[in-house]
Amino acid sequence: MKKLSARRRHPLAALVVLLFALAVTGGLYAAFSPSEAKADDSSAQSLAIEEGKKLYAVGCASCHGTGGQGSSDGPSLVGVGSAAVDFQVGTGRMPAQQPGAQMPKKKKVYTDAEIEQLSAYIASLGAGPSTPTKSQYDIEGADVAKGGELFRTNCAQCHNFAGKGGALTNGKYAPALDDVSPKHLYEAMQTGPQNMPSFPDTTLPEKNKQDIIAYLDTVNSDKSKTPGGLELGGLGPVSEGLFAWVFGMGALIVLTIWVAARTAKAKKS
Amino acid sequence: MSSHEIPEADELPEKRESAEGAVQVSEDPFADPGMPPHEHRKQDIDERAAQRSERTVALLFTSSMVATIAFIAAYVAIPVDKYIYVFPIGHISALNFALGLTLGVALFGIGAGAVHWARTLMSDVEIADERHPIEASPEVKAKVMEDFRAGAAESGFGRRKLARNTLFGALALVPLSGLVLLRDLGPMPGTKLRHTKWAKGKLLMNQNTMQPLRPEDIIVGSLTPALPEGLEEDQHDFQTEIAKAALMLVRLQPENIKDKRELEWSHDGIVAFSKICTHVGCPINLYEQQTHHVLCPCHQSTFDLSDGGRVIFGPAGHALPQLRITVNDEGYLEAMGDFSEPVGPAFWERG
Repeated sequence: MKKLSARRRHPLAALVVLLFALAVTGGLYAAFSPSEAKADDSSAQSLAIEEGKKLYAVGCASCHGTGGQGSSDGPSLVGVGSAAVDFQVGTGRMPAQQPGAQMPKKKKVYTDAEIEQLSAYIASLGAGPSTPTKSQYDIEGADVAKGGELFRTNCAQCHNFAGKGGALTNGKYAPALDDVSPKHLYEAMQTGPQNMPSFPDTTLPEKNKQDIIAYLDTVNSDKSKTPGGLELGGLGPVSEGLFAWVFGMGALIVLTIWVAARTAKAKKS
Repeated sequence: MSSHEIPEADELPEKRESAEGAVQVSEDPFADPGMPPHEHRKQDIDERAAQRSERTVALLFTSSMVATIAFIAAYVAIPVDKYIYVFPIGHISALNFALGLTLGVALFGIGAGAVHWARTLMSDVEIADERHPIEASPEVKAKVMEDFRAGAAESGFGRRKLARNTLFGALALVPLSGLVLLRDLGPMPGTKLRHTKWAKGKLLMNQNTMQPLRPEDIIVGSLTPALPEGLEEDQHDFQTEIAKAALMLVRLQPENIKDKRELEWSHDGIVAFSKICTHVGCPINLYEQQTHHVLCPCHQSTFDLSDGGRVIFGPAGHALPQLRITVNDEGYLEAMGDFSEPVGPAFWERG
């Protein structure tokens, strides 16, 4: 102790004391912070729900009811889960611009943070599929061939065998799946937006969903390879036949006219 | 052209033989006017133009030769799995693109060269060939008829009645062998169209996972394709059987089911319908979960799954057949029997 007090006027004493104080404060913080952080997390969650509720009251309540119970203008949102909100709002389908047979995809209105808050609020109304995590829709190691099979069994009837979309009844349609993000594909299968049936994990497990996303990434993205060349929209015989008739026959007619055309004469008549 | 428009002095009306407006009637108004005078092409009178044309033709043929060599080179040199980006087409196989392009140029070069040769260098003088009557002369006709009569008499066709009649018999019988071959068009379908692989106690297998389905797997608004237990994709008759047995499962709120029999044949709102359209047998799976309608992509027949599969639009003749299902002791969904009516399109003896 005497030794210590003797050195209390040492030029480096202040530095040592400062370091010691910092270490103690840091250690104390480390010891107490986990519980604090936990409290922080749940308060952040309830804050998100609070914020989401405010956003909901402004943007959604006029159709879906003040408590998400639905009205004649919009379905109930109790139990649709955060995945449905993330899909509908994240692809810009909601908020709807006007009533109609189907809500089209458009530029999204809310920021990602706001979508998260809305999702948190809707998820708090009733249990439902939650927004998938990155590992759930990661296509690393997925089986593309199996995905193609599953796509043709479950999806191709409406979305066309290459995901180019198709018509349904009374103005409804299955949209083309070009450039839909893996997350939104996953959510659409999980929740069944609008008139699309859902494909829950109980009947189409997570692994199968990843296979389907991998298949679409292979056949229907901007880097998809088409060995045969011009795919003409991937719509099958209609567009191909039309192309052959219009451009093939057109070229033949032009050639025929050339073969039989009057040749240039030496003297103008 | 211009010289005819302004009358020359000697063509003024008073100098002409007949009065203005008088019609001159020639002897035969339908006489052959003959060929218009032949007009020469530039190449016919100018040897340098002809040589230019020849060089063009040679260029087209040479481009064909070059393209053929390029085709062979591309076939040898370009690997099968190489892809390139070509602007309006997209990511295309480099080999396919090169082969198509070079073969196209090779063929077009020959054709275009030949046509250009014919148009500019080969003679284009008009030629008319006079028609002649196609009838044979009376002498030839008489000779043919005489020869025929002589031949008939020599053959003894009228006299040797036994030979003639047996020939008729042989000719009449020969087509029968062809008729007998038609027997191989069978066997008749029998009752195949009336039965499917579904039977009492067969589990409903999820076509995605090939696992038996439980009622709690199927939530309201979902769509699940199902197969009868024991039908596997590697079986040789899989396609034949799935064409009749394909099933779709959807779950409705029981209070939304309007048809009494449908409700009775369902389990907790889970209904199982045939996937085969009753019009011409297309697979129908286009299910709209909010309206409970199922649409056929071929001819737009629309069925209402909440009302016994009733046809609400389109050419389909009868409602979609429903499979009666229940749940077994182990909690799995199973069929209560086969479809009660033939699935798919109507046929002659369907009744």
